[in-house]
Amino acid sequence: MNTNNLLFLIMVGSAVAAAAGYLGSFMVIKRMSLVGDALSHVALPGMAIAILLHLSPIVGALVALTIATVGIWYLEKTSKIYPEALVGIFFTFALAVGVLITPEPELLEALFGDIEKITVMEGVWAILISLLVIFAVRFISKKLILGVISEELAKSMNISTSTTNFIYLLLVGIIVALGVKFVGTLLMGALVIVPAASAKNISRGITNYYLYSILFGILSAIIGIASANYFHISPGPAVVLTSILIFILSYLFKK
Amino acid sequence: MKDSLLRVTDLKVKFDHHVVLDDINFEVGKDETLAVIGPNGAGKTVLFRALLGLVPYEGKVEWAKGTKIGYVPQKLSIEKDLPLTTLEFFGLKEKSRKEIDDALASVGFEEDKPHKGHLSQHVLNRKIGVLSGGELQRVLIAFALLEHPDVLLFDEPTAGVDITAEETIYGLLRKLQERENLTIILISHELHVVYRYANNVICLNKEKICFGPPREVLDKESLEKLYGHEAGVYEHHHEHK
Repeated sequence: MNTNNLLFLIMVGSAVAAAAGYLGSFMVIKRMSLVGDALSHVALPGMAIAILLHLSPIVGALVALTIATVGIWYLEKTSKIYPEALVGIFFTFALAVGVLITPEPELLEALFGDIEKITVMEGVWAILISLLVIFAVRFISKKLILGVISEELAKSMNISTSTTNFIYLLLVGIIVALGVKFVGTLLMGALVIVPAASAKNISRGITNYYLYSILFGILSAIIGIASANYFHISPGPAVVLTSILIFILSYLFKK
Repeated sequence: MKDSLLRVTDLKVKFDHHVVLDDINFEVGKDETLAVIGPNGAGKTVLFRALLGLVPYEGKVEWAKGTKIGYVPQKLSIEKDLPLTTLEFFGLKEKSRKEIDDALASVGFEEDKPHKGHLSQHVLNRKIGVLSGGELQRVLIAFALLEHPDVLLFDEPTAGVDITAEETIYGLLRKLQERENLTIILISHELHVVYRYANNVICLNKEKICFGPPREVLDKESLEKLYGHEAGVYEHHHEHK
């Protein structure tokens, strides 16, 4: 791999990781951490079906994630207690089915991602979409936070918490679909949750919290991809391990 | 009655065929203070949610045209380590720092009391989840006041608040009442509060049991109907006023 290529991959990875970190910051305080993980598993059967139909795996992932997003949103909206166990069961089921129907040669790539196979076109799109997602999250961020503090209070201010949550989950779905190509279905959940969990350890205010979530995502991508290139290891796990290392450090510095 | 601000007619709320409120009729005039009392599970909070349009209901809830409603929810359980400072919480509403300071002053939070920098240091720049019950309650009231509401809906202003803070909150309530054009509707467990602050009281126990000025309608009969055998205790409270 030449240096330009590496720089480009780092840029793509950083953009996706930044958006994932920002989205994750809400997921962590909404106490929906499992959802990021669960959603990333759903991508697999979608990708498998897309491969079998000779379509782009990202499109397959996106369709599967949209369906799953609607499902989660509906469950969140209609049940009083968040059905965490049910979500866990359904998404493990998706993962199992996905593993069975994904053609053998593509399986490893689907599970753990392979950013090196990203084309220039895909990379440029990933960067653009990530930036758009960050912009969209910023637009709904205040509403999301009010919903976390008190749904009633938010509603009394004429904020539709249900619509806000739906938009939020769709954005998560989009980023997970992008990230699956990058770190794979098994590890994408980590890229959403871990940077935010680290940021929460060391932030007092919300602005810092968002910035650290994004920053830790970007750092994980840069260090992870660069070291994967250096040590000739798979970039997906390297990125996730870097983010976990940052988490451990942040835990030690916890205020 | 002065100009009507709120008129509720034949209100009925059901959750899954379970009737929570039935046959509720009352009216609130401008600048009045209405207290809502009743035992646990009587539907007081549900009444508020219906007034705010947060739950589906039958019947009519009519606010005077253009009424701005401020809502102070019942004690919130905010996670202690939620990374959000009190000042950032106020920032969730698009208001200037001046407006925020004014709202804070009207709930008795001022920068130089009891000493310089106290407010910033102990309230504004702290995580909102670590505020005491009384502080959080005042913050929530200030948050509602930011919009210059015509009416404040107050769900158990002193639940989970210690006695000194309780006095502060009621002192505050009195001050808010004195402000022009502010109607207050509050849910309370405490009858002495009702006698002291409310022009009218509505007694709820799934349906309306009484409605009117506290001294006229809170008689032995309606209290017994409301609280059952506990009524004696409440009446005792009453005699000492």
